[in-house]
Parts: sequence; C-alpha cells; structure tokens
Amino acid sequence: MFARDHATARGIRVTEFHMTWLVRYARSSIGAKHIMAVTGLLLFLFAVVHMIGHLQMFGGRDMYNTYAHFLQSLWEVKWPVRAGLLVLLIVHIIVALGLVAKNRAARPERYAKFKPVVSSAAGRTMAFTGLAVFAFIAFHIIHFTVGWVQPEAFHTLDAEKRWDAYSMFVIGFQNPAIYGVYFAGMVLLALHLGHGAASWLQSLGLRHPKYPVDRLGPLIAFGLFVGYMAPPTAVLVGLIRMNGVG
Amino acid sequence: MSDLNLTLHVWRQRNAKSPGKMVTYKVTGVSTHASFLEMLDILNEQLTAKGEEPIAFDHDCREGICGMCSLMINGRPHGGQRATTTCQLHMRHFKNGDEIWIEPWRAEAFPVIKDLCVDRTPFDRVIAAGGFITANCGSAPDANDILIPKESADDSMDAAACIACGACVAACPNGSAMLFVAAKLAHLHRLPQGQPERMHRTQAMVTAMDAAGFGNCSNHYECEAACPKDIKRDVMALMNRDYAKAALASRDRETKSDGSG
Ligand code: FES
Repeated sequence: MFARDHATARGIRVTEFHMTWLVRYARSSIGAKHIMAVTGLLLFLFAVVHMIGHLQMFGGRDMYNTYAHFLQSLWEVKWPVRAGLLVLLIVHIIVALGLVAKNRAARPERYAKFKPVVSSAAGRTMAFTGLAVFAFIAFHIIHFTVGWVQPEAFHTLDAEKRWDAYSMFVIGFQNPAIYGVYFAGMVLLALHLGHGAASWLQSLGLRHPKYPVDRLGPLIAFGLFVGYMAPPTAVLVGLIRMNGVG
Repeated sequence: MSDLNLTLHVWRQRNAKSPGKMVTYKVTGVSTHASFLEMLDILNEQLTAKGEEPIAFDHDCREGICGMCSLMINGRPHGGQRATTTCQLHMRHFKNGDEIWIEPWRAEAFPVIKDLCVDRTPFDRVIAAGGFITANCGSAPDANDILIPKESADDSMDAAACIACGACVAACPNGSAMLFVAAKLAHLHRLPQGQPERMHRTQAMVTAMDAAGFGNCSNHYECEAACPKDIKRDVMALMNRDYAKAALASRDRETKSDGSG
C-alpha cells in the first residue's frame, strides 16, 4: 500500500494510507457531514410518518387498530424498513461519535471566558440529546414493540380478534409515569431535531434564500413535538378513553 | 475624554512547551482614542519600566487588512464588535475600571508559540493545497475579455475579504476552519477563472484542512458572528455542495493534500 506522510500542526508526522475514493469521502470532514445530514433527514422523515400514524388515535379504536393491523401484516415491508431504520440509526450514531471525538481533540484547551453568541444550546448539546433519544427509542421499542414494560396491556385483542393496539396505547398513557417518560423523550427529540432540521440543507449545500428551511427548523421540531404528544395527552386528560374518543 | 484604568487578565506562556496561566495586570492612563493593541503597548511599556517581560501578541498592519492580530477578548474573537479586528477595536468601547480577559486563539491546529501568539501555519498549508488558477501568459489581456456578472464579482469579492486571521477557528466550539477554507474556495469559484480546477481544488483544500487537525462544522455559525470581515455561511454551503460533487461525481484523479495531484 502506498503511504504518505503529513506533518501536523505540532510537527507530529502521521501516515495516511490511500483509500478508495468512497472511504476517503466518508472519512473526510465534509463527507461525515453529508452522512449525518442524509441519515438524519431519513430518520426525521420516519419520525414524521410515525407521528401521523399515531394521530389516528383520535379516529377511535377501529381506525387505529386497522392501521396497526395493516402495518403488522405487511411483513415483507415491515422487516426491511425496520432493518433500514436500524442501519440508519447505527450509522448516524457511529459517525456522530467519531465527529464528537475529533471535535474534542480539535479544541483540547478551553477558554477561561467563552461567550457563544449565535449558537443554540440545542445545537451545542446534540451529542447528549442524541444519545438520550437513542435510549428513549430503546425504551419505546421495549415498551410498545416487545411489550415488556406493561405486559398486561400487550396481548389483548379487539372485537374483530385483531391485536388491540388502541387499548395498549390508552392503558399505557393513563399511567402518568409512562406519560412523563414519553414527554421527556419528545422534548429531547424536539431539541435534537430543532438543530437537525435547521442544519441539513446547509450541510448538503442546498440551502437557498428562497426556501428558509433552516430558520424554520425549531418550528418544525415544535410541530413534531405537538403532533407526538397530542394523543398521549388526550389519553391522560380523559379525552381518549377505553370506551371511545371525545 | 478621560483616561481609563483597567484590570487585565492575560494568558502568559513562556513557549510552546511550557504550561501557561492567566496573569492579572493593572494598566493605567489608557486614552479612549487608543486601539486595543495600543492599550497593550501601553501596558507593555509599563511592564518594561518595571523590569517585567512584555506580553507577546501578533500584529502588523494595524489597519484591519493583514489578519495578523488575533486575541480572544472577553470570550469573543477580536472583542466581538461586528466586523472589527482587534487592531481596529477602540478603547472607547470600554469603561473605566473594566476587567478584560485576553486569551490566545485556542485550537489543536493553532498551538501557542508564546503568550498570545499562536502558530497559524496550517492556514498556509490549506492555501498551498489550493494550487493555482489557470491563466494564459503572454501579453496582458484586454479589459473585460472575460465577462463576469456584477453579482459574481461582488460575491467573489465578499469571500476574498477574508484576511485569514483565524477568528472563525477560535470562535467555533469545534475548532473548525470551514469558514476560512470555504471563503478561499468561494473567492475563486465564484469567478470564471476559478472553474478549471474547481473540483480538484475543493478536494485538495478540504483534505489539507482535515490533515491539519481542525474540527468539524456543526452549523453553529459562531464563525460567521466572529468574522471581522463579515464572511457569510453561504460560502460553506457552496463548499459542502462542491465537495460532494468533487468526491462522488468528478473524474479527478487521486488528489494529494499538497495540491500537486
Ligand atoms: S494588525 Fe493587521 S488586521 Fe489587525
């Protein structure tokens, strides 16, 4: 293999091996940026679709269970989508951890005084909110997909002998502790996506003054938060009940 | 206007190897007409008179065009006045009795040489990696031989205003140099003369930037706020887009970070 030497700022010589163009791209600073933007965008789009799905709780048991049944029966789609989401998530996290490590190394010594002026706290805590959201997703899967958190609510069937996802949802969010966990999870997600939604166009170099998506980032994230928390909140306040909606 | 008496907390470091620390000084009789650097000159005179070692800091033109002056002043590069270098920052912005914190740029790629002076050589390496533009030699071309739209010329000029002071790196929580590198690229790529080597240059300069140990951009835009020449984030969007094109779609042969590829 052909190796080349670089002298870094402090005179340390490092050897860099020639890689194929794709590996080189993926390992470059801007390549990593693009990977973060694309995987982040796809995960964000999933989050939007997922939220719209849950809004069907307002349509009552039959509507929601039909939707759940529809998703569950599409196993040829379900498993590839799940696998794809998992890959996106893993790539997003691994690249992010690499970036955090590089960024820490690039600023080893802190300022005695440092005043950030335009960066948001949400932007500067992406690594923390990201990992917290990851933990939340793990909890969410254990809760509603695997069914270990509230097993008593997990195996009920509705009048048409379908899996009763509606009841599971209602029983789940009648519990204030569960509601609290999801509320916290959604706050973290909204903070994370607030910066993400503001960033991806710039990262891909597609930001255009005619489409100020970057400035709308926090608003988009807030919309997602409201959409996600509306059905659980309706359950908690008794608007969506075991015996119906309203 | 009356003169100022100030308390300064200044980073002192004997050389690149030894550890540094913040040291507190009192400086007296500073005219509000003085620039920030002249204030440091006054302090240095007072230190020299006392037999102490004067504070080392970078400066050259003192008129905001060379990019030598630096200094993190109260947590903001160049003191945080919009579009102002430290040499153009005037003491009338301070009040009698103020406490001022003065630190060097902090980045792995910019090691401290002494006190407030840092080594910004990595910027030179990035520039060298950019190579040259293709231009015909021979007799001087006629004016307006190459037609350039006014907007392109203006945009290019805006990017060319970068004086490579490093405030963007200093302000970035990640120590990223992307605003600088992107400004240098946009300066050429917004003009027809920069086009022949555009893909190659983008790859070479980004590779040199990465090799120098700068951090990665997280779209915080602290660089934009800190830039004494008001360079806008648009140049980074251009670089991000060009880099994707260059890395994924160009037929460029292997690019070396020294720009010779
Ligand atoms: S000393 Fe030249 S820009 Fe400040």
